[in-house]
Amino acid sequence: MTLGLVYDRIRVEEKELIESAKSRGIDLKLVDTKQEYIDIHDEKEKLEEKYGTTVLIRCVSYFRGFSVGACLENKGIKVINNTKVLQICGNKLLTSLALVKAKIPTPKTMVSFSLEGALESSEKLGYPSVLKPLIGSWGRMVVPLKDRDIAKAMIEMREEMSNPLDKIYYIQEYVDRPPRDIRCIVVGDEIVSAIYRYSPPDDWRTNVARGGTVEPYPVNDEFEDLILRTSKAVGGGVLGVDAMESKEHGILIHEINSTVEFRGAASVSKCNIADEIIKYALKLDRR
Amino acid sequence: MVKKALCEECGNEIIIPDDSLVGEIITCSTCGIDYELVKVEESRVELKEAEAVGEDWGE
Repeated sequence: MTLGLVYDRIRVEEKELIESAKSRGIDLKLVDTKQEYIDIHDEKEKLEEKYGTTVLIRCVSYFRGFSVGACLENKGIKVINNTKVLQICGNKLLTSLALVKAKIPTPKTMVSFSLEGALESSEKLGYPSVLKPLIGSWGRMVVPLKDRDIAKAMIEMREEMSNPLDKIYYIQEYVDRPPRDIRCIVVGDEIVSAIYRYSPPDDWRTNVARGGTVEPYPVNDEFEDLILRTSKAVGGGVLGVDAMESKEHGILIHEINSTVEFRGAASVSKCNIADEIIKYALKLDRR
Repeated sequence: MVKKALCEECGNEIIIPDDSLVGEIITCSTCGIDYELVKVEESRVELKEAEAVGEDWGE
């Protein structure tokens, strides 16, 4: 077997994955997507020579990762995560739909397609509510809509943007919660790490990329069952499942990341997350 | 041998850490510009200005 890792930027996580593969003596193919092209007619064997027989998709750009994954999968090469999972997790609306279908508790969400529809849905949800982009991460363009005036201003700004995805308005109820959320790293059918992520003092978002701090989260059976059902609902694999502690409704799942960053979790976890991912890839390759 | 490159923006000499990998981001300590490491050879290091964060970037 040969394991592949496709990337467009080497972050701490990729370095740890490379290190783990090296320590296991794995023939790791590293491919920078920015320096390559793919002939979609190439035979599987030719693609495997460059990319490996099982490939970890680790691009920071969602569309790059998804596109490379689709090309490889089309020739029967195993990719982690598979493109169905990448597609669902890379789009907040598709994620919410999968959660609702699987009856996983999630914040009340509305989607609309015009200024009028967006204002009406935010009125229905009540203020404050939260406007999020369909695609994107690290809390970028996530805006609390505190009242109708702010909602109108934000939606009008989005109407002026050129990307058609920006004109689809995904608005969620504002969940009354402690200033933290829970990040679970799921690898296959196991939670390998669970942490609290605390908002930095000057922000309401909890993303580690925004300077949030972390500490271990004590997982109980009920929580584990919920997280594993969530993972299954979007197709499984290597995932970062984010949950909130709603004061009214208990645990709610609000986001699932399919190219999970784990430096925050790794800093307080006993297990080697990168190595768990590599072991999972090896297991998948043997199937 | 310590690997170095010149910052195109401010002319500072950027030291490339030994454990750097191609694809990693190196920041100029003087002007703060981010570079991506494109090539590392015995005697030569190639940098290019790093991409700006895209709308679809993230996890």
